[in-house]
Amino acid sequence: MMTTLRVNGREVEVSDPTTVAVLVQQLTLSPRGVAVAVNGEVVPRGGWAGAQLTDGDEVEVLMAVQGG
Amino acid sequence: MGTGGGSVNLAVLGEALRASGTVLTTVAMRRVDAVSGMGVFPLLKEYGIEPLPNTAGCRTASEAVLTAELAREALETDWIKLEVVADDRTLLPDPVELLTAAEQLVGAGFTVLPYTNDDPVLARRLAEVGCAAVMPLGSPIGSGLGIRNPHNIALIVEEATVPVILDAGIGTASDAVQAMELGCDGVLLATAVTGARDPVAMATAMRLAVESGRLAYRAGRVPRRWYAQASSPPVYE
Repeated sequence: MMTTLRVNGREVEVSDPTTVAVLVQQLTLSPRGVAVAVNGEVVPRGGWAGAQLTDGDEVEVLMAVQGG
Repeated sequence: MGTGGGSVNLAVLGEALRASGTVLTTVAMRRVDAVSGMGVFPLLKEYGIEPLPNTAGCRTASEAVLTAELAREALETDWIKLEVVADDRTLLPDPVELLTAAEQLVGAGFTVLPYTNDDPVLARRLAEVGCAAVMPLGSPIGSGLGIRNPHNIALIVEEATVPVILDAGIGTASDAVQAMELGCDGVLLATAVTGARDPVAMATAMRLAVESGRLAYRAGRVPRRWYAQASSPPVYE
């Protein structure tokens, strides 16, 4: 079954059940300094592996950059 | 000193940060797919400078609160430079959204450092809801127009119950001196250094300017007079 997520504002289709940990791994090589929110709630780093993503979830994956 | 505003490479930025004497530097939060490379982390670690995350780019209180929460998780700090701007043309703070976000973040245990207008009443309200400092602008972000309303900055300082940091608009060293002479507790600047022809030299100038302005403020300036007053005794009397 396909699962449709909205990741950083873009629609992403995943075939297998995915966790936050797997998604972060796909998005960035250096998860240090990265933070994740699912549906407007922060998911602490320790909970990434157990955080199952389901159809329609809105995921934000942010990191610190130069600015300000 | 902040890390934004210019197009310096990371090596020059590092040297400029060191020359400025800062112990804290602002960093922004961005979606990872919009970022290339490793970000600023390794650099800050190398120079022993703590990151101060900001909520740059946020337009509403709810965006700013979520960004602050993500920054706390990413950087393991409760400190947040709160920015909630109204539009791209001026990047001026939206006072209503700013105050709402400040109140919520204080309630959530953050040390809130709000970028605010040079409005003494708004500064008072931000301090009243529990902000740890107020950071009024001298002029719009990146404009380098200096302090457009020194009278308002002086009013903010006069009644401040928290530190006042002049944030935004500093174009050159004399602007930083002026901020400190007005009684500000510090300045926050980026573009003036990162956009300078020689960023490291400008960062050094800013460090000296802040020290100089603070000393002058504490020493107390002489009163301004309309007419001359001879500084030597008369020759024939």
